[in-house]
Amino acid sequence: MTKVTMTVNGATVSGEVEGRTLLSSFLREGLALTGTHVGCDTSQCGACVVHVDGKAVKSCTAFAVDLDGASVTTIEGMANADGSLGVVQQAFQDHHGLQCGFCTPGMVMSAAALLAENSKPTEAEVRHYLEGNICRCTGYHNIIKAVLAASGQDVSGIAAE
Amino acid sequence: MHNFEFVKPSSIADAVAALRQEDAQALSGGQTLMPTMKQRLAAPSVLVSLTGIAEMKGIRASGGVVEIGAATTHAEVAAGAGAYPALTALAGNIGDPAVRNRGTIGGSLANNDPAADYPAAALASGATIVTNAREIAADDFFQGLFTTALEEGEIITAVRFPVPERAAYAKFQQPASRFALTGAFVAKTSAGVRVAITGAGEDGVFRWTDAEAALSGNFSAAVLNGLAAPEDGLIGDLHGTPAYRANLVKVMTQRAVAAA
Ligand SMILES: Cc1cc2nc3c(=O)[nH]c(=O)nc-3n(C[C@H](O)[C@H](O)[C@H](O)COP(=O)(O)OP(=O)(O)OC[C@H]3O[C@@H](n4cnc5c(N)ncnc54)[C@H](O)[C@@H]3O)c2cc1C
Ligand code: FES
Ligand code: FES
Repeated sequence: MTKVTMTVNGATVSGEVEGRTLLSSFLREGLALTGTHVGCDTSQCGACVVHVDGKAVKSCTAFAVDLDGASVTTIEGMANADGSLGVVQQAFQDHHGLQCGFCTPGMVMSAAALLAENSKPTEAEVRHYLEGNICRCTGYHNIIKAVLAASGQDVSGIAAE
Repeated sequence: MHNFEFVKPSSIADAVAALRQEDAQALSGGQTLMPTMKQRLAAPSVLVSLTGIAEMKGIRASGGVVEIGAATTHAEVAAGAGAYPALTALAGNIGDPAVRNRGTIGGSLANNDPAADYPAAALASGATIVTNAREIAADDFFQGLFTTALEEGEIITAVRFPVPERAAYAKFQQPASRFALTGAFVAKTSAGVRVAITGAGEDGVFRWTDAEAALSGNFSAAVLNGLAAPEDGLIGDLHGTPAYRANLVKVMTQRAVAAA
């Protein structure tokens, strides 16, 4: 076992991990942050996306021990300080960007990473950026709409589908 | 996944020493190796991370050559290798953003997946693969499916790309995996034209020499109209027959020439 220390959602945390402990397991089992979902565990679906040093990463495909010293943000870190939903989360609720909600944590984290890089993306840019996030419920249209709305763009002309 | 001992050296020399241990294997971005270990198709007893080695990271452009550290991520190449635009465009379309934030050029070349993108860029550009021990020309490096000239314990430290006069990559994506169903990288230099095809060959990336000869005389998409790529040795699977891929080889090469 090796000791790792990270900053997770602003707090310094430490834990003992095996070499093979995935970041997703460290977050969910070690820190009880179960908002990060594991869908495929094979780096295909994007449900497990978190931010590592500000960048979107699939937490099922990173070893916790490799990220000693990193700063990690999970879906639990996306709400406002008063506990209300953050901008991207609120946009997903307002525009029905989720149904079962399983893909949503990864979608929100990927969308937030996109908006940090590109504050006013086009629809095509949103679709390209979310290629690694799979949703089996919504058909994507409302997710795209929610991300565009979260960027402050007018989405009233985009029909709900 | 079987457990292993994890080490993260900070120099190439320490990494090479660590890789001398029994059943040791290099770990770069892990985007290929980790899924492989989960399937227990790989079970190293020591994993040597290459991502803590500063001398293996970064992009340097000078004298018409772009040199990229092997542990540089796809996202970093997409953002920082502006001196070679065809390469930045290729890097920005590998997988998805999360894969690009971890996966590295060295890992991709060492893995030599028959549908990977970077091998086409390296072969068409006539790149040099720099290892801890020697320099290997791209023409000698790729040796068949998931096989390269690397010896046991040898690691790629950097890749040197001479920047062509004109170049472009055209990729027909397999929509589920985003790997290349067929991709063509075309590079034109004063010495002639090189065309490298990925995704289509049973032995991995290869040069389409008939197209190179035709394009060296006249660098236009139309010059390939009368040419057919040979179906021999092309992959046939549920995504496409060899004949379908042969057609894609031609169409993707023409698109790359038009875009170059
Ligand atoms: C969802 C998904 C989509 C993808 N789509 C694409 C795509 O469209 N196109 C594409 O080209 N690739 C794609 N990939 C693969 C991706 O580009 C990987 O990052 C890449 O193939 C491996 O790089 P890595 O740094 O992750 O290597 P790792 O997984 O860490 O290592 C791969 C292999 O290379 C060895 N190795 C690593 N670094 C070195 C080195 N410096 N010297 C010697 N050996 C080394 C390792 O021991 C291992 O055997 C995709 C992957 C995923 C998960
Ligand atoms: S659980 Fe990580 S990509 Fe699906
Ligand atoms: S809302 Fe159910 S998978 Fe996306």
